[in-house]
Amino acid sequence: MSEGIRDKVVVLGMGCTRFGERWDASPDDLAVEAFTECIEDAGIEKKEIEASWLGSHIDEINIGKGGNFLGMALKLPLIPVTRTENFCASGTEAFRGACYGVASGAYDIALALGVEKLKDTGYGGLPDSPAFGQMQVAIGPNATAPGMFAQLGTAYSAAYNVPMEKVKQAMAHISWKSHQNGAKNPRAHLRKPIPEEKIISAPMIAYPLGLFDCCGVSDGSACAIVTTPEIAKKVKPNQELVKVKALQVSVSSGEEALYTDWDGAGMLTTRRASTKAYEEAGIKDPRKEISMMEVHDCFSITELATMEDLHISEKGKAPDDILDGFFDLDGTIPCQPDGGLKCFGHPIGASGLRMLYEMYNQLLQRWEEDRLVKNPKFGLTHNLGGVPNQNVCSVAIVGL
Amino acid sequence: MVGIRSYGGYVPRYRLNRFLVFGSMGWINPANMLNAQGEKAVANFDEDSVTMAAAAGADCMTGFDRSEVGGVYFASTTAPFKERLCANLVAGALAAGEDIRTADFGNGLKAGTSALMAALDAAAAGTANNVVVSAADIRLGKMGSVQELMFGDGAAAFMVGDKDVIAEFKGSYSTGYDFVDHLRGAQAKYDRQWEERWIRDMGFDQFIPEVVNGLCEKYGVAPGDFDKVVYPCYYGGARKAIGGKLGLDPEKVEDNLQAVIGDTGAAQPLMMFAKALETAKPGDKILLVSYGSGCDALYFEVTDNIKKLPSRKGVSGYLERRAELDNYPKYLAWRHMVDVDTGLRGEEMKWARWSMIWRSHKAILSLEGTKCKACGTVQFPPQRICVNPKCGATDEAEPIVLSDKGGTVASFTSDLLSATINPPAVYGSVNFKGGGRFVFDFTDCTVEDLAVGNPVDFSFRIKHYDEIRDITSYFWKAIPA
Repeated sequence: MSEGIRDKVVVLGMGCTRFGERWDASPDDLAVEAFTECIEDAGIEKKEIEASWLGSHIDEINIGKGGNFLGMALKLPLIPVTRTENFCASGTEAFRGACYGVASGAYDIALALGVEKLKDTGYGGLPDSPAFGQMQVAIGPNATAPGMFAQLGTAYSAAYNVPMEKVKQAMAHISWKSHQNGAKNPRAHLRKPIPEEKIISAPMIAYPLGLFDCCGVSDGSACAIVTTPEIAKKVKPNQELVKVKALQVSVSSGEEALYTDWDGAGMLTTRRASTKAYEEAGIKDPRKEISMMEVHDCFSITELATMEDLHISEKGKAPDDILDGFFDLDGTIPCQPDGGLKCFGHPIGASGLRMLYEMYNQLLQRWEEDRLVKNPKFGLTHNLGGVPNQNVCSVAIVGL
Repeated sequence: MVGIRSYGGYVPRYRLNRFLVFGSMGWINPANMLNAQGEKAVANFDEDSVTMAAAAGADCMTGFDRSEVGGVYFASTTAPFKERLCANLVAGALAAGEDIRTADFGNGLKAGTSALMAALDAAAAGTANNVVVSAADIRLGKMGSVQELMFGDGAAAFMVGDKDVIAEFKGSYSTGYDFVDHLRGAQAKYDRQWEERWIRDMGFDQFIPEVVNGLCEKYGVAPGDFDKVVYPCYYGGARKAIGGKLGLDPEKVEDNLQAVIGDTGAAQPLMMFAKALETAKPGDKILLVSYGSGCDALYFEVTDNIKKLPSRKGVSGYLERRAELDNYPKYLAWRHMVDVDTGLRGEEMKWARWSMIWRSHKAILSLEGTKCKACGTVQFPPQRICVNPKCGATDEAEPIVLSDKGGTVASFTSDLLSATINPPAVYGSVNFKGGGRFVFDFTDCTVEDLAVGNPVDFSFRIKHYDEIRDITSYFWKAIPA
């Protein structure tokens, strides 16, 4: 029986750029910015990094293929660079690679960096790319990300017999909360509180998702340096260690897209990845034990469904928890304390590492009082890539 | 006995009020006021002659087994390709098999009746049986032209065979003249016509009586012997005059549907014929006449079998399925008559990759999926390994055609971000009746027409049009049942 990697790897340092429409910044600029902060935080020298993983998704309008981008941007001294691409989990996959490199004993110190330059397409929304291959271009719907995720809304309302008005209210509260939190965060893309009424009455993008149900499309980069607990204690004798408790990934089997049992109201992958992650982390009751979360709120409806898929809310009950303020910054489990994808922004390959950056700094209690989660023990991050009926899900848990 | 075994019709859902067109374009041709009456049927943005021929063909196949089909003939003057046999696309959409005769007929408005006669002759000769003949047209007139008002879009189809015929083929008579009343050069997009008085007096008024009299003389019948007479001619006065000249009872002359559809070119006489068969009684004699570069006249007699023909939508059923297109510029955009901005997202390339399309052509053209022989699970697109988590059998699948199964909506959305000339893009997950699921584009509807659990049918449609390379790609879409 595999034992997982709980407590075998420590986050030594992290960095994250301001996310946003960084018209003046190249992918190299973004990577250097995140890396500079990260290596200063880690307190080591570049030459001590033995291997690296690079997460990015849409390479065509971004950094291109392969690992060369990172080696050349950071002038890494001929060490391995492995590029990970797994939709929106690309950043967490880079982190997983680095952690496994350390946990296996292959390396003492490893780097994970995620970067995405999305704002060089000339139009709003994510770039139109044949993400599921050419056959999907030939026969798949003329779809965009909001349209595919919007169907969670119509299916959720039908599956749990929750009126669309209530679903819309809960979605509006989710976006309201992210705007509240993002407004306090100097590195967030969108920094303006928006009243719930304005969110509900916003122009429709893809029914039932309005403008404020959709996350920001941003440029950005985030970065982590990981090592063993022994080395971390030597490098940072006076700092609490943020340990990796669990790293899990689950990928669609075709059951959701092709088989008719799936109700379309939540993600099978998230249910499986989170169950495995709680097992790996030794968490029995996530609703009681998880202190805070950064989840993949690419759309407000995704966050809504994810609260159930992570086994935090009961099936059909997420709208109640959301409207009760359970996930607000001052609620029981603050969700998206940094503003989430919604307001911090979503440079795809960087997002998983950005979430870990928030959890890491919250665990070390580094933030200002107005956005600090008090005395957290476990922080959970979650990515959902692709579209609900064929997706990639990653769940990471870090803690003290 | 050789004749018609089955018929089908198709009229696109959208109707454009002619006065709406005149309201925008009457300034350039005020005399067009006379033609600005009634409405014309217009193909949706994702329809062309091939998809309409496929729809009429499917209607014609109602109650018949596709394995019976011995050939597919496509007739149109608006085929989307100069080189690529459209009959194969229609045959694919009908899942009619590939060891059959396929042929395209075109270039003149007689193409529909020419194809029908070719199928009748093959059945008589015993060389091909149960050939499905489908005729469709989607002709364009320039903005402000007479043709823009007079032309409409539609299709009709017939299965021709040598037994159980509903209408026996008794004979035909044809003429062929290089009488150029309408013309499109090989590169032309729009119809060009000579003076209407000449077309009326020297064309319709001369050639139709001539071919009718020729047929009557050949087979020893009189025009007045026919119970239903089909001939095109969109000039109302001339149309009546032709009937008078032939001594026809006006009650027995079939309506040319000008007020509700318009002139559908090569499909026009066949749509009128298909509609005539909807109300035909055993023993009825029917005269079918086409017009354009000469005429074909075909003589049929309805048999008792017509009472046994399974009911179908037909031209009348599709006429009832109607929605107003209350926007003339939208019509122009749908037909690529004006340049519209679909945003930079709309400029992203969608290549037709032919080797891939050929590899999967049965899935693409026939909506053919697989059914697991081990557990019975239906799946689309075809899968090597069964998707049922409790099964997982490898290479145990057999093909299954899903285009006629229908389905129900599992989830849906209406997407304003997608690039399309007909926003919003409406699509969603559909469960096939009998198993299997796929995310389809919806068409011929708005999001208000959809709800989880609602029934849908499948319709063969244009999937992409590559304007740079002039390539049309096809696949299936879902429409509310």
